Amino acid sequence: MATKPKAAAKGKTPARAGAKGRAKAAPKRAAKANPALANDDIGEETRLALWRSLLEIRHVEQRAYDLFLQNLIKGTSHLALGHEAVAAGFATAMQKDDWSFCTYRGHHHTLARGASMEGVLGELMGRECGLLQGKGGSMHLTSVEHGAMGSYAIIGAHLPIAMGAAWTAQYKKTGQVSVCFFGDGTTNIGAFHEALNMAAVWKLPVVFVCENNLYMEYTPIHAVTAVHNPAGDRAASYGLPKIVIDGNDADVVYRTAQEAFAKARAGDGPSLIECLTYRHSGHSRADPGDYRPPGELEAWLKKDPVPRYRERLAEFGISKDVIDGMDAEVLAQVDAATEISKASPPPGLELIDVDVWADGGTAWRN
Amino acid sequence: MAELTYREAVAAAIAQEMRRDENVVFLGEDIGAAGGVFKATVGLFEEFGPERVRDTPISEQAILGAAMGSAMTGLRPIAEIMFSDFLAVCWDLVANEIAKARYMTGGQMSMPLVIRTANGGGSRFGAQHSQSVENWAMMVPGLKVVAPSSPADVKGLLAAAIRDPDPVMFFEQKSLYPIKGFVPDGELVDELGTARVLRDGGDVTIVALAAMVPRAMKAAGELSDKYGIEATVVDVRSLVPLDTQTILREVSKTGRLVTVEENPRLCGWGAEIASIVADEIFWDLDGPIIRITTPHIPLPAADALEDAAMPSAERIVREIVEKID
Repeated sequence: MATKPKAAAKGKTPARAGAKGRAKAAPKRAAKANPALANDDIGEETRLALWRSLLEIRHVEQRAYDLFLQNLIKGTSHLALGHEAVAAGFATAMQKDDWSFCTYRGHHHTLARGASMEGVLGELMGRECGLLQGKGGSMHLTSVEHGAMGSYAIIGAHLPIAMGAAWTAQYKKTGQVSVCFFGDGTTNIGAFHEALNMAAVWKLPVVFVCENNLYMEYTPIHAVTAVHNPAGDRAASYGLPKIVIDGNDADVVYRTAQEAFAKARAGDGPSLIECLTYRHSGHSRADPGDYRPPGELEAWLKKDPVPRYRERLAEFGISKDVIDGMDAEVLAQVDAATEISKASPPPGLELIDVDVWADGGTAWRN
Repeated sequence: MAELTYREAVAAAIAQEMRRDENVVFLGEDIGAAGGVFKATVGLFEEFGPERVRDTPISEQAILGAAMGSAMTGLRPIAEIMFSDFLAVCWDLVANEIAKARYMTGGQMSMPLVIRTANGGGSRFGAQHSQSVENWAMMVPGLKVVAPSSPADVKGLLAAAIRDPDPVMFFEQKSLYPIKGFVPDGELVDELGTARVLRDGGDVTIVALAAMVPRAMKAAGELSDKYGIEATVVDVRSLVPLDTQTILREVSKTGRLVTVEENPRLCGWGAEIASIVADEIFWDLDGPIIRITTPHIPLPAADALEDAAMPSAERIVREIVEKID
């Protein structure tokens, strides 16, 4: 990850803070002790964008958990607490018109693309202000205007779909990239293999991102998978390099994303990236996560991507005021979004008979 | 007017639409260089090239995923699933994803795509290559379902399906591929959701679909010639949207409804039509509704067994004579 990718030089995301001149001598010294700090050219502006994204996801997900306990969120939900760096890193490296696809564990990816907090929380609460007017719920968050092309609740389905979006980009020569996020459990379903093979054969601009959190649902992924790295060790089957990264380091994720996007935009085809991470809560609302061995969660909490990035920012000389100020600002936004969602009425019942067809209706007969 | 086969009409419709709109693309197994296993897509690869007519691996989920992802981002894909039986290996994409995307996202997504597939029996292929599964699709909210019976309908309805802004399941009855029929010259675009009255008679209304339409027509001729029973024949053409007005009108005229369905008995499309007729024009009926279907069995392969299992013109005649006269 230490080499400077093409995208950093010509990409739209600023590679360096430069103008603000906050970078001090400290990073170079730190880089020797911490290899992740080799990414010292990411720049302050991008780092603060990553920080904001991490905070937005963390605070919204924690709020979603609180709202469950108050019974204001019904149904099920799959929190991404612990996965924040994957979403923040990739979304920050994306261009606005790139497309992203994710699973039912997708609040973080939808937020990271720019969907509003009240759109997300309102949808979880079944309110009119929800992104989907209450018709989709937690597992289907979508914001087409932000390029968040859906959360898919059937394992594997969206890998071929993301590949199809990449086909549009290739066919129309738009330079867009399609990014597909999925869990380690997805690597054992047929659609994964169909999509990887066809994307490789067609050289499509799609980046497949496995969030390996070690558990398919309740069962450890290693107990049901023939290889050690569920995505990484399958890459060779599709002529792709094995890429396994620290998914809890936002800088590493961001840098890896840039490289994969540059490859895709250059017409050199898909990538498959396995991000090692860990979910801090159970699989879903109903799961306390009791199957995890003692000490495992505690060990991973020491690698929590949010406090880790807080330290990173400090090491790069960003002031505590800026770091904490953004934290407080985001928390205030989440509070405001919570109030908007609570005040939003339930969706109007007329919505039941809307939007099966392009004409806006649901008629199946004359 | 040119005389085309049913299979030539498929290629003619796709070519007509691809010439008109460069966003129309086509993908499937063996559809390009090979011209399709049923030779229904001959010439498209040569005319439009490998970027628009794309051969795929044997990966039905990838085929439909590619169709869905490209449709939601601005293309108008036509996907071929070689045999409709194979829809079972990609039914997630059909029923859970493509059909639901617009509704579930509060109208954010459009899904202008066509899934073409060779459906039905009569070719001695056995139970995994002969099913008549249009009723599978009919049961899923969000899918339009079309099944043409003639070359002209293939061309006009397929063109309409390609132009339609919603996902359309287009069931081609594989035993009809060699049949010939006159197709109007020039651009032809039909209208989805319209049934067609093919024959007018005062005694009984036979409602049929796809390969059952020519059998119903043959039966109607025999009923007239041998028994003096005059039958109206309605070609349903489109199960969703369903042209209930035409069906209700034609059943009201004769007071008798017979559905002829290739699908196995349970939950065939004829049951839905029978239900609508019973609900809405019960007092116009002069006798019980008759459903003629394939028995509730996997379709056998041997010609003798397959022919006996599927509704034939002879069986249609026999049942109508026994139950109506």
